[in-house]
Amino acid sequence: MREQDPKQRIKNFNEVPYGYNKEEAMAEAARCLQCKTQPCVQGCPVEIDIPGFILAIKEERFSDSIKIVKATNNLPAVCGRVCPQEDQCEKVCVLEKAGKPINIGALERFISDWERENRSEVNKENIAAGEAAAKVAVIGAGPAGLTCASDLNKMGYKVTIFEALHKPGGVLAYGIPEFRLPKNIVTDEVDEIEASGVELKNNYIIGKIKKIEDLREDGYKAFFIASGAGLPYFMNIPGENLNGVYSANEFLTRVNLMKAYLFPRYDTPINVGKKVAVVGAGNVAMDSARSALRLGAEKVSIVYRRTEQEMPARIDEIHHAQEEGIEFHLLTSPVQISGDETGEVTKLVCLKNKLGEPDSSGRRRPISIEGSEFEMEMDTVIIAIGNGPNPVLLETIDGLKLNKWGNIEANEENCETSIEDIFAGGDIVTGAATVIAAMGAGKHAARSIDKFLKS
Amino acid sequence: MRINEEGERFPLTMYDWDAEKGTATVVCQAIGVSTKKLCALNEGDSILDVVGPLGHATNTEDIGKVICVGGGVGTAEAYPIAKGLRKNGNDVTVIIGARNKDLVICEESLRKFCDKVYVTTDDGTYGQKGFVTDVLEKLIEKDTPDLVFAIGPAIMMKMVSEMTRKKHIKTLVSLNSIMIDGTGMCGGCRVQYDGEVKFACVDGPEFDGHKVDFDDLTRRGKRYSDKEKKALEHYEEKCRMGLEK
Repeated sequence: MREQDPKQRIKNFNEVPYGYNKEEAMAEAARCLQCKTQPCVQGCPVEIDIPGFILAIKEERFSDSIKIVKATNNLPAVCGRVCPQEDQCEKVCVLEKAGKPINIGALERFISDWERENRSEVNKENIAAGEAAAKVAVIGAGPAGLTCASDLNKMGYKVTIFEALHKPGGVLAYGIPEFRLPKNIVTDEVDEIEASGVELKNNYIIGKIKKIEDLREDGYKAFFIASGAGLPYFMNIPGENLNGVYSANEFLTRVNLMKAYLFPRYDTPINVGKKVAVVGAGNVAMDSARSALRLGAEKVSIVYRRTEQEMPARIDEIHHAQEEGIEFHLLTSPVQISGDETGEVTKLVCLKNKLGEPDSSGRRRPISIEGSEFEMEMDTVIIAIGNGPNPVLLETIDGLKLNKWGNIEANEENCETSIEDIFAGGDIVTGAATVIAAMGAGKHAARSIDKFLKS
Repeated sequence: MRINEEGERFPLTMYDWDAEKGTATVVCQAIGVSTKKLCALNEGDSILDVVGPLGHATNTEDIGKVICVGGGVGTAEAYPIAKGLRKNGNDVTVIIGARNKDLVICEESLRKFCDKVYVTTDDGTYGQKGFVTDVLEKLIEKDTPDLVFAIGPAIMMKMVSEMTRKKHIKTLVSLNSIMIDGTGMCGGCRVQYDGEVKFACVDGPEFDGHKVDFDDLTRRGKRYSDKEKKALEHYEEKCRMGLEK
């Protein structure tokens, strides 16, 4: 796909890939073999009729195409951009064997962007439920919550989403940067879900303002907890409280939700020095590193304890980071962050690793090499090693079973928890995963809640 | 609280509230952009986003003898605590500290329910000249309280905690670290506490003053000083041009 030139794009927050134009999309769609077995559909967590929407693009029936996508996916412009298609639908595409799978993600993005530009051609309907419909509360307006709410609304339930922050979207709003997912796209897709009849309450922290038991009294009959992975992990090494050390959550929230990249037009500041280290190698780490570059850092380094093979980020995002000049220090573990007397970061002290036997995740365990300690000069260190479950809501629900990491224990198939009317899905259950996995959980939860309310 | 679209999210303590009327009162000193924006609002104006109350509620029951120390605008945060403590039958003494007479707040409203209110000013323009710790020292010499509450600038909370540590008097401080979401999501408000990292927003805001690393708190509180100044200049320039009020 055509993209912004790396030299240019590191100076702005505009989206990197341009997306297909009509000719490109129709040509790509024409390559689809329309397999009877539809392996791609089975590869999609939200069960999009992929051959169906692609055929419609090929035949220039764009209105039909977006309807097919939206029948099962309420956030297509988001998914077309941030889903790891290479591990899902495109991985099982028959053409993958020849090395050229259909670029399904790009087609999904094309057709949803087409709709946003040609809104009037598509009928939007408010499918709000009647007064008699059962009330369902969804906690968290991220990918899992939005999907579940939208599906339940379509089934005829009265759904309210309670969102803790001042904007809906969850990680789509505070986490993923503008250059990967423009915020107006998130706003548009959420607006559409709201317009279809879902009630959305921002600034509403369940566990603080009201508890689940209060909502039960208010007449809610079922609950879907999709509060995300909202408590950043730190490394517990000396120096982590120095001024130039951020959790990736804080760094990205300042940039994305609070728009610190527009400071001082926006009031929220951010400090990015000349030399920035990002610890970790997932998508969040890549997002942090690439944001730091755009905020004026001269040298940005990813510091990761294993090798390129084990990096959890999408290959595309690693490539984008490499193209933009991000340095990769692999088999490297920080052991200390040093600072000066004013509390500013000066150095990151690391050990080199070698790979040992595979651990419980199946990836080879990094083992530090004695005497390999070395220092890198740094001004800013961003810790992107994952998030744990946020306790604010969970500690207010008596009898809710948690696992040893503090995540909610829920059945991955039907999202049931230890409490009959409470369902849970997304990162609060699985720990940090992907947008699409959370959406898949939202879908499963909607079906289970429907079944529960009908029984 | 977030005043407008461009605004920061910033934490304020509830000074008073009326559940029936559905009102909450906050007190702030107009120092930075956010507090200036808030103070520039008039009756009938609106605040874009308000969420809360967040953090753990203060326990005001069955404590006994309590000394509440409020420094500067922190006195407004000591007020509801003192009020709650009195309401629950505790013996409450309040020490208010301010730089000068003009900055002494809440004295009258505190005197309404508390007859032991001491005031100190740094420059002696009102009350006793000196610091809150001068009064505290004398009070704890005479009679050991069950608890000291200290709310104000980090340096004041540090001095109070140092003083009570020697006499093993339980001391709670209310921490005002820089926060974004206030729900534990960002970790920006983290404090060094008894060798561990705690989040002021969800683990606090009250902590045992004898376990808080105040130097770390002070240093982290200054990490945006330059930018805060720049943001204020930008805002004042907009006010001058009539683009903000």
